[in-house]
Amino acid sequence: MSIETPLPVLKPADFASDQDVRWCPGCGDYSILAQMKKMLPTLGLPRENIVFISGIGCSSRFPYYMDTYGMHSIHGRAPAVATGLKTCRPDLQVWVITGDGDGLSIGGNHLMHCIRRNMDLNIVLFNNRIYGLTKGQYSPTSPLGKKTKSSPMGSIDNPLHPLSLAIGCEATFVARSIDTNIKHLSATLKRAADHQGTAFVEVYQNCNVFNDGAWEYAKDRKSKAETTLELEHGKPLIFGKDRDKGIRLNGLEPEVVELGKGITEDDLLFHDERSPEPSLAYLLSRMRYEDGFPEPIGVFRSVDAPRYDVQINEQVEQSIKEKGRGDLEALFNSGDTWKVT
Amino acid sequence: MATTTPPKPVANLDEATVRFCGDSGDGMQLAGTQFTNTSALLGNDVATFPDFPAEIRAPRGTKAGVSGFQIHFSSNEIFTPGDTVDALVAMNPAALTTNLADLRDGGILLVNQDAFEKKGLGQAGYETNPIEDGNLDKYMLHSVPMTKLTRLAVEDCGLSQKEADRCRNFFAMGLVFWLYDRSLEPTLRFIDTKFGKRPEVAQANTSALKAGYHYGETVEAISTQYHVAPAKLPPGTYRNIVGNQAIAWGLLAAAKLSDKQLFMGAYPITPATAILEELNKHKNFNVLTFQAEDEIAAMTSTIGAAFAGSMSVTASSGPGIALKGEGLGLAVITELPMVVINVQRGGPSTGLPTKTEQSDLAQALFGRNGECPMPVIAAQSPGDCFDIAIEAWRMAVEYMTPVFVLTDGYIANGSEPWKVPVVSELPKIVIDHPGPLADGETFSPYERDEKLSRPWAIPGTPGLEHRLGGLEKEDISGNVCYDPNNHEHMCNLRAEKVAKIADSIPLQQLDGPESGDLLVLSWGGTYGACATAVHTAQAEGKKVSHCQLRYLNPFPKNFAEILTKFDKVLIPELNLGQLASVIRSTFLIDTIDLNKMQGKPFSVAEIVSKINSIVA
Repeated sequence: MSIETPLPVLKPADFASDQDVRWCPGCGDYSILAQMKKMLPTLGLPRENIVFISGIGCSSRFPYYMDTYGMHSIHGRAPAVATGLKTCRPDLQVWVITGDGDGLSIGGNHLMHCIRRNMDLNIVLFNNRIYGLTKGQYSPTSPLGKKTKSSPMGSIDNPLHPLSLAIGCEATFVARSIDTNIKHLSATLKRAADHQGTAFVEVYQNCNVFNDGAWEYAKDRKSKAETTLELEHGKPLIFGKDRDKGIRLNGLEPEVVELGKGITEDDLLFHDERSPEPSLAYLLSRMRYEDGFPEPIGVFRSVDAPRYDVQINEQVEQSIKEKGRGDLEALFNSGDTWKVT
Repeated sequence: MATTTPPKPVANLDEATVRFCGDSGDGMQLAGTQFTNTSALLGNDVATFPDFPAEIRAPRGTKAGVSGFQIHFSSNEIFTPGDTVDALVAMNPAALTTNLADLRDGGILLVNQDAFEKKGLGQAGYETNPIEDGNLDKYMLHSVPMTKLTRLAVEDCGLSQKEADRCRNFFAMGLVFWLYDRSLEPTLRFIDTKFGKRPEVAQANTSALKAGYHYGETVEAISTQYHVAPAKLPPGTYRNIVGNQAIAWGLLAAAKLSDKQLFMGAYPITPATAILEELNKHKNFNVLTFQAEDEIAAMTSTIGAAFAGSMSVTASSGPGIALKGEGLGLAVITELPMVVINVQRGGPSTGLPTKTEQSDLAQALFGRNGECPMPVIAAQSPGDCFDIAIEAWRMAVEYMTPVFVLTDGYIANGSEPWKVPVVSELPKIVIDHPGPLADGETFSPYERDEKLSRPWAIPGTPGLEHRLGGLEKEDISGNVCYDPNNHEHMCNLRAEKVAKIADSIPLQQLDGPESGDLLVLSWGGTYGACATAVHTAQAEGKKVSHCQLRYLNPFPKNFAEILTKFDKVLIPELNLGQLASVIRSTFLIDTIDLNKMQGKPFSVAEIVSKINSIVA
């Protein structure tokens, strides 16, 4: 029985800092901020135990707008800052807010290593496929041929696919959502928060100033049922306005099939987010609209694995158990010493 | 030790310098370390200089692969590993040719005769065999068939010939131990601990060591044994300590003294890696070591750990520090306490990874974008690395700032007797984290105390939720602020805060009279050579004093005045004049520079000769 005073019930507004939000009007970031504020009170954590760490870019202003602890660090380094923080303080809930340029370009190395270590961090990557804060250069996720101020003849950089990268690093939790799909986004953030280990969430986010409509196919009310596919654990991969299409495996390749005409749900690929083998999740991450596939949203993968932040502290405990708590006097006098009188 | 031969005469010496050199696979570092520990245990003052190639195993027998270890041991207090060598052990021709120049005329030369065959001589560039052609006549040459004698000594141990040959260094050690009248006991204990799991190897090394010792005792050609009596050091318990080990222990002590968990974020780099490795041995001191994916992550994880409330440290060398530059800027603007150690090596770029230099002073003082002041302090000797670590953490938490500590490869790998401190006498480091705030109260993360230090509020404290970051901070509130006057004010505040550290550091000490003809001004690892050279000059009646700068930013308060009291200022540095240029621009005085860029420390003779050229 605990006699502690119960935690005050927090409201979304309790998570708002006193700073004016300075994203461009209409930016997708507003929606992500709103869903975060809405979701956090459901976790039952005190505000002071939550920390937001970001890098540089539009998305990375995020911590300033949350009345939690936070750090707006330097370009690409948020995962590394968060690593030092979480290693020392596994008791804190730590969020990393990054973007496609911050996380995948200048900070690609940190992201990769952060994911493989599986520290209990929640990484949210706002993917708008453009450098917004520097006013519109192509990013690592911009499609081939994208014409921007730094690629006037079209980008010749083969784009990077964030979830494929995360799954390649054997991320234990991988998910995707869309800035305007607010219920889905909120639920996805909650799943990420609940996951023990590194949770990696890609959010399709619209930059209405420098790359407006980049995700229109996935956001448009009329088309989204055909262009996206909501993943549900244990359920077959079905999509379409009339839920009449599905994904079937043909050898190692996915293919779009129409239900009926001899094809039943049982013929379809069933989603298993708990599969220890990441190959199916990887296959899902490669389903792209431009190749004629609906793009999956939801949780691609959610598995348990040892956590770096837990293990590094366990090693300290183990060392204390084996050698006793560190004693300077004993250390200084260990090995060969001699006395001068 | 039982012997059938009559004892040989023993000559007493005040001091001696021995160098072991051979192929990098010959175990010369181990031989040197054992000789050092034995001499230290005997009560000699010792100073060492390990010198090894950047390649782990350069082609066998080549000059590129020569590894050496020099030990200066004395019955008096000494400060350097010695300019010239009294006894040189050369395990092959390449080692002989690369090291012979440092052996004094008449010095003892012990060579492994078996290695002086056609191939080895060719690799070293010898056309004729130097041990036969008379070119070594000015030395006391002892050509010993070490390979053959070692094989004979270990033949009952059941080792392969390759393994048997690896015992050669113990034979050489045994011989030198006899020559300088040292006990085998510490090395026998070492063999037991190190090779206990392979009794046949332990037995072979023991046999080789004893065989070398007995060889010295019995062979007639070596006629004299030398004895160096214990030094008169201040009373206390002593141990031998290596610089990198000392700095790691200093960090452990600082964490204990401030009641903090110790976090080190680091990426392996020569010659700093040993600090990370040493801390890893002591996780039971509540030490978290994070081997990062790169130097940038090493730095930024250190910032994250500082934000978390831990004692946070990173250690690297020049190229790694260059990568940390952006992170250091964040550390400065967020005003979080942490320690950044640079074990300097030869640069630029990859430079000379295993060789020493002092060429990162300018990088430490100025190597960041913007007006980005950081305190910089430098250790002067291996043992001093312990004290400097504690001092760095004290400054960091008292002034809420990252602190740069400079050491160098020379003192990081070198060793000396270290007077074991009494733990209860070490000063506590008091840290006050602000406590929880009640509802309605506002927290100002950039409000300052009289030291201009801001509060270290750590996550998990209710009511102190705040956001740090790399954008300019508004004074007091810490909010993002682009106001021009605020930016200027904050730049001035950060500079003033670092300058104010001068209030809490000791006044600059002088070795010698307060005024005179010449001030020798040194910093970091050149201390030993400069101190010894100045003592020599003073003994000759010259009006020379020595000033060893420990605090390079800010300078001690009385430093400017000291500079005015001498006609001339000589600044010996292992760079092209980095401190000199700061002294010239800060104090508007002329300086005489003595610079050396050979990856090697100054010899005492080099400083003495410069002093003599200035002061008649």
